[in-house]
Amino acid sequence: MITRRRFIEAATACGAAFALPAPAPAATPAPMARAIPSSGERIPAVGLGTWITFNVGDDAALRDECTGVMAAFFQAGGRLIDSSPMYGSSQPVIGYGLGKLGRPAALFSAEKVWTSSPAHGAQQIEQSRRLWGVERFDLVQVHNLLAWEAHLETLFAMKAEGRLRYVGITTSEGRRHELFEEIMRRHPLDFVQLTYNIVDREAEQRLLPLAAERGTAVIVNRPFRQGALTRKLAHQPLPGWATEIGAGSWAQVLLKFILAHPAVTVAIPATSRIDHVRENVAAAADPLPDAALRQRMAAHVRTL
Amino acid sequence: MSEWWTYRLESFLLFSPRVYWRMFELHNAALWPLQLATLASGVVIVLLVLRRAPGHGTWIGLILGVLWACVGWSFLWNRYAGINWAALYVAPAFGLQGLLLAAAGASGGLACDRRDVTGRLGLLLVASGLAYPLLAPLLGRPWISAEVFGVAPDPTAIATLGLLVAAGGRWQPLLCPIPLSWLLLSGLTLRTMGEGQALVPLAAAGTAVALLILRRAPSSTPA
Ligand SMILES: NC(=O)c1ccc[n+]([C@@H]2O[C@H](COP(=O)([O-])OP(=O)(O)OC[C@H]3O[C@@H](n4cnc5c(N)ncnc54)[C@H](OP(=O)(O)O)[C@@H]3O)[C@@H](O)[C@H]2O)c1
Repeated sequence: MITRRRFIEAATACGAAFALPAPAPAATPAPMARAIPSSGERIPAVGLGTWITFNVGDDAALRDECTGVMAAFFQAGGRLIDSSPMYGSSQPVIGYGLGKLGRPAALFSAEKVWTSSPAHGAQQIEQSRRLWGVERFDLVQVHNLLAWEAHLETLFAMKAEGRLRYVGITTSEGRRHELFEEIMRRHPLDFVQLTYNIVDREAEQRLLPLAAERGTAVIVNRPFRQGALTRKLAHQPLPGWATEIGAGSWAQVLLKFILAHPAVTVAIPATSRIDHVRENVAAAADPLPDAALRQRMAAHVRTL
Repeated sequence: MSEWWTYRLESFLLFSPRVYWRMFELHNAALWPLQLATLASGVVIVLLVLRRAPGHGTWIGLILGVLWACVGWSFLWNRYAGINWAALYVAPAFGLQGLLLAAAGASGGLACDRRDVTGRLGLLLVASGLAYPLLAPLLGRPWISAEVFGVAPDPTAIATLGLLVAAGGRWQPLLCPIPLSWLLLSGLTLRTMGEGQALVPLAAAGTAVALLILRRAPSSTPA
């Protein structure tokens, strides 16, 4: 019979093991960085998403696992972590991990405002800030364009006061691209976040070219279609051209496909695993596929 | 949210199955050995129905009322809401169900005075709610992740619906919607997570609806 005490002891032991900083991989080269057009600041081209993977509530052992993932992410040279008030406990879990890791200076915090109440936006951002335990966010994005007009006003005002550094908007899975485009044209956005991967390529039509034209940084969400692509491809052999682009796994193939688009600034795969986070950050490296190989890659994946 | 029709059920799933089942492990560890008491109270409900002691409906209403309020407060509000903010909106409904059950019991609405086939099947549904913890080992999960009547919402809702089938009466339309809606929600959540267990709450809700309809049919005469 598992008593409460025994359970807590086991959980604590488990947590302690995961909280240990992951051993540094031998001489990892710094990941490829891309410039944020509005400032010229460079950030590593693979970040870390937290949807589902970091929503572990107050489960101490799982919080420590997430901390382990964050530790490996920073160790590999990663910087941008993306979250939202919509992601359950992900924000306090990030805050917990940052605290355990001594608040790494490398962090580039990307948050969202997600409330239908225009008046509640500033208060929600402040609450998120406290949960992360950061002085200010680097980037705040209007999540899925919810109440976007009012929130953009708040965000630009906060940026002017120096209370955040960059302003953005997000969408996913091809939703509301027309409105998204209109907002991109009308407002001086620093960042946009959208879905783009080897099978979901609608963004190539208008949004990615527009971002390049307007000098807007692009964060790519759902690079693995929420894991559906990595799961589907897991049992397929890596094609010969994978070695041409230095990809050792399907995850790296998928990320390199995304990063090879000239308009993309950062891709933000989410993971609950240390080996995966290392693999993902390591994908931000040359060589990347050229346009012809990208076409072949997409065609190959379509046939599988 | 605009363009809501473009969202799939997966768009609303906030957590992984691993986190979901570990939540029950943590909850059970935190409450142990309260589970023994809630299970015993379930057995008491079955005995009260079988013996039809005077005023048994009042006691049943009180016991179920307290358990619903506790599950709403302890599980939904304080535990599940940690990974699913939507639970904060559901928890008050559990409190309301608790009040309704206590009120129905006090006004004689939960008296199980009829002995017919549907009534007995209702009791069987109560029993399946009490046996719910067996699902965890049967489906390859550790005992500690078991969902227990009076602690976890699914078995509590199933046993309550069984009791409502057994009791019949005019309170049914008020007392059935919340447990039925919960089982539907829980079944959809499990299905979206790809868990085979999804069938259980959905089948239990379907069975309860069928029995409730049978119970209200004019041919279902008291035995
Ligand atoms: N509207 C919006 O603003 C919006 C919408 C969607 C997403 N996002 C953001 O974008 C992020 C990424 O999208 P997503 O989380 O939906 O999906 P995703 O990153 O495409 O996929 C995540 C899944 O991929 C798996 N994975 C990660 N690295 C892997 C590897 N190296 N090998 C094999 N599998 C791997 C993970 O499983 P393991 O845990 O096993 O590694 C996880 O299940 C989100 O977390 C969120 O921050 C924003």
